[in-house]
Amino acid sequence: MARHIVARTTEIPPGGNKVVDIAGRDIVVFHVNGEFFALLNRCPHEGAPLEKAACVARLTSPEPGVYERSRVGEMLRCPWHGWEFDMRNGQSWFDPKRVKIRSYPVAVERGEELQKGPYVAETFAVHVEDSYVIVEV
Amino acid sequence: MSEVIDRPLRDDEKPAGTRLRIVDCDVHPSLHSLDDLNEFLPKRWQQHLREYGSHLRTPYLFTTPYPRSSPLIARRDAWPPTGGPPGSDLTFMQKQHLDPLDVEFGILQVLDLFIFSQQNLEFGAAIQRAINDWQLAFWSHRDPRLKASILVGQDGVDLAIAEIERCAKIGEYIQINVSPRANEPLGRRRYWPIYERAEALDLPLGIHVGGYGGHAPTGGGWPSYYVEEHQSNAHTIAAQLASLVIEGVPERFPKLKIVFIEGGFGWIPSAVWRMDQHFERFRSEVPHLKRKPSEYVREHFWFTTQPIDEPDEARHLRALIEWVGVDRLLFSSDYPHWDFDDPRFAFKTPLTEAERKKIFSSNARAVYKF
Ligand code: FES
Repeated sequence: MARHIVARTTEIPPGGNKVVDIAGRDIVVFHVNGEFFALLNRCPHEGAPLEKAACVARLTSPEPGVYERSRVGEMLRCPWHGWEFDMRNGQSWFDPKRVKIRSYPVAVERGEELQKGPYVAETFAVHVEDSYVIVEV
Repeated sequence: MSEVIDRPLRDDEKPAGTRLRIVDCDVHPSLHSLDDLNEFLPKRWQQHLREYGSHLRTPYLFTTPYPRSSPLIARRDAWPPTGGPPGSDLTFMQKQHLDPLDVEFGILQVLDLFIFSQQNLEFGAAIQRAINDWQLAFWSHRDPRLKASILVGQDGVDLAIAEIERCAKIGEYIQINVSPRANEPLGRRRYWPIYERAEALDLPLGIHVGGYGGHAPTGGGWPSYYVEEHQSNAHTIAAQLASLVIEGVPERFPKLKIVFIEGGFGWIPSAVWRMDQHFERFRSEVPHLKRKPSEYVREHFWFTTQPIDEPDEARHLRALIEWVGVDRLLFSSDYPHWDFDDPRFAFKTPLTEAERKKIFSSNARAVYKF
């Protein structure tokens, strides 16, 4: 797998995303709660562009009338029919074995590390300036 | 059945649907703002719209339906960059929908202002007239692919007939649209003058799901959840199909063509089987019916495809399509709404080239005479 520098960390605001073309693939990189996730920009259902998806929370209910939110911003809700996917691995919430979005490994690295190479996959806190988001495809 | 897709499709791999010029029987244009209607609406009704607005048979302001699952029930990617609601910007619609999907004809279905459900019949007729003119001026005349329908509220039959005559003289409309939720079941005799005009003018009758006629949307009453109510679209038109057939509308108007829009088609086989079965037993109650209900359905009714049911097994969808009849189905996308169907990926079962051609184009061309 080759590693591709796709953005400065500052380029993708929290809750935002950036679409990149890597080797002919339309990939969307999300920034959620200080983490970055890369997914194919295409819903496995009918192909909606996931860059327009909503980043939502997981809503569960142990019984009627009681609702709980968790993993705020980490679930992806397709812009068309609203299928939900886990941002971390692209798995669908309702049928995780069969329906998933292709996801790609992401790393954040400082510019100086990148220049030196070789590309050791070491992650850094996102708030460090001049860090870059790297997607492996 | 869905599968993991790990890369975009290359052009030469794309399903044939993309190469076929399609007829999309359900495209929703929207008013950019109510002022769009000013040039078509007499001052008296502009003022009424500002001061009183809609009078619908639903309780409380804003209990009417939007948003239902998504703001303006729209795809999240369908908001025009120029502002305004989804479906209100022709250039954006062309760029996002008509051009890339190779839409040869798109049939406009206007839902703004709950146009069919207005209980003040004069106000309803004025709005319908304005919307009918607006469809031509803002859409069809700017993009000839987009075809307009004559919208009328059937509970004011005389007003509806006048509007049908007015529009028919213009000669650009391709069907007459009425509500699936009128005050009475659609087969009732009081609505027959509309069917008589539709037949005489050779314009299909289009019936798009939705609206608020004042009756509970299910036979059991008012549902608690939107997901529950969404189910009722299918029940409602199944009931209207039965009403039209059993009250004898196709028997009385043998050349009338009726298109059910946005009701899907998964419910059709059992509804028709049941009608046939009951017809055998209760024939003497309805001696005005000369043939089995299924025969009327096969000759007079068409059904747009969206929302397509998605059984786990592709062969079940296949069987369904065969039971309903490939020649009865008209492709529709429902652009720009949240349950939009992409013509390339909506059918999760293989279709032959001949079947594709019928569903995506030639059936609609025959019904609407494009
Ligand atoms: S295209 Fe994503 S849910 Fe249908």
